[in-house]
Amino acid sequence: MNLDFSRVTPSLPYILEGIYITLQVVALAALLGFALGIILSLFKISSIKPLNWLADFYTSIFRGTPLVLQLMLIYFGSPQVFGIQIEPFTAAFLSFGLNSAAYISEIIRAGILAVDKGQKEAAVALGVPYRKMMTDIILPQAMKNILPALMNEMITLTKESAVVTIIGLNDIMRRAYIVGGQSYRFFEPILIAGLVYYVLVMILTIAGKLVERRMRRSD
Amino acid sequence: MIKIDNLHKNFEKLEVLKGINTGIKEGEVVAIIGPSGSGKSTLLRCINLLEQPTEGSIWINGEEITSKKTNILKVRAKVGMVFQHFHLFPHKTVLQNLTYAPIKVKGLTKKEAEGKGRDLLQRVGLAEKADEYPSRLSGGQKQRVAIARALAMDPEVMLFDEPTSALDPEMVKEVLEVMKSLAHTGMTMAIVTHEMGFAREVADRVLFLDGGQLVEDAKPSEFFSSPKTQRAKDFLEKIL
Ligand SMILES: Nc1ncnc2c1ncn2[C@@H]1O[C@H](COP(=O)(O)OP(=O)(O)O)[C@@H](O)[C@H]1O
Ligand SMILES: [Mg+2]
Repeated sequence: MNLDFSRVTPSLPYILEGIYITLQVVALAALLGFALGIILSLFKISSIKPLNWLADFYTSIFRGTPLVLQLMLIYFGSPQVFGIQIEPFTAAFLSFGLNSAAYISEIIRAGILAVDKGQKEAAVALGVPYRKMMTDIILPQAMKNILPALMNEMITLTKESAVVTIIGLNDIMRRAYIVGGQSYRFFEPILIAGLVYYVLVMILTIAGKLVERRMRRSD
Repeated sequence: MIKIDNLHKNFEKLEVLKGINTGIKEGEVVAIIGPSGSGKSTLLRCINLLEQPTEGSIWINGEEITSKKTNILKVRAKVGMVFQHFHLFPHKTVLQNLTYAPIKVKGLTKKEAEGKGRDLLQRVGLAEKADEYPSRLSGGQKQRVAIARALAMDPEVMLFDEPTSALDPEMVKEVLEVMKSLAHTGMTMAIVTHEMGFAREVADRVLFLDGGQLVEDAKPSEFFSSPKTQRAKDFLEKIL
């Protein structure tokens, strides 16, 4: 195997700048996915049937089609649907966020259902209204159960975000690909991109473990 | 102070309470006993509307809580409940367990609620545990905290559903002592229990439930020495 990084080294800063774009997409998508995921999960456990249906339908759509298709629909479909061409960046975090919400809502739903039923009873017996019970008693405990699964979702998001290359967003992946095209060597820049993703994922994993440990303090 | 009139409760087809008529006077301590599955928990849970009665009505201090117009949350806030398995909030400290509902439901300031919470912890002998998390407490300590948490809402009546059944034998006494001292303060109490010694000593009345019916309602001295019905006799024979 002959590896020659010398021709790629000058482009290294260019590739690394993609980290910023990738992280921005992931962070915004995670925020959107989390916020919408909580709402959807509350719909799913609600006693109001139409809300159940709505949330289940949403989930089935986003789980039942490829992510890259959702990305392309939102990006290429925006002129026809909204009458404007949205930026690749916007399309990227929107589609990842909406997609992620479907998965996160399932994670949170399971987390809520895993909280001991007695917790709800105790809160209800004290006269605590539903909303306060959810935000102060049930969700904090559910979060603890689901933190590992949420971290997994973040990691998936980070890796999957590489498909934004397809709509021309200059993330890590696309930059590595561009450098490959310019230097007629694809192996080395893509190896570098691989390493960058790996390090990002490791950092997320460790951060997740730390947060988890902190949250277990009360056990 | 509590009046229960023709109370029925069904779960789907299962008839769990078949027309209960009884009452509890102010300051009275009532022990509810009976075989497992006889509807004791369901009866208690109807009194704070954790279960909606299928038929019949319940009054607390002259207010019909089973009427459609009642504010269910208000009713629950004035009826304290202690569960077999404590159900303390594990992510909150002992003191936070006591202050949460008074702050969020009754609108007390943090300072007022904490002052009161500490007083109550003192009363149940756990003042030094205020800042611990529940997971660090023994079962008996957890149940005492749970009692204090219910008391923090200044309830008009306290319901206990087998408060000592999940405890190791050596911890039963400390919880019963707390309940006994609470009874001496004149608190109105309804206690589902298998602790017959406690019922005999502390209760003013014993309600014996069997198959969803109130079979006997008597003074402990009468009930334990000369039960009137065969069902009560059989039950007492089995457990004593
Ligand atoms: N939420 C419920 N759904 C269906 N059946 C129930 C429910 N709660 C209690 N039951 C049934 O009602 C009966 C009485 O239960 P319970 O009041 O808990 O009895 P006890 O406390 O005297 O042991 C039991 O047969 C139990 O299975
Ligand atoms: Mg029971």
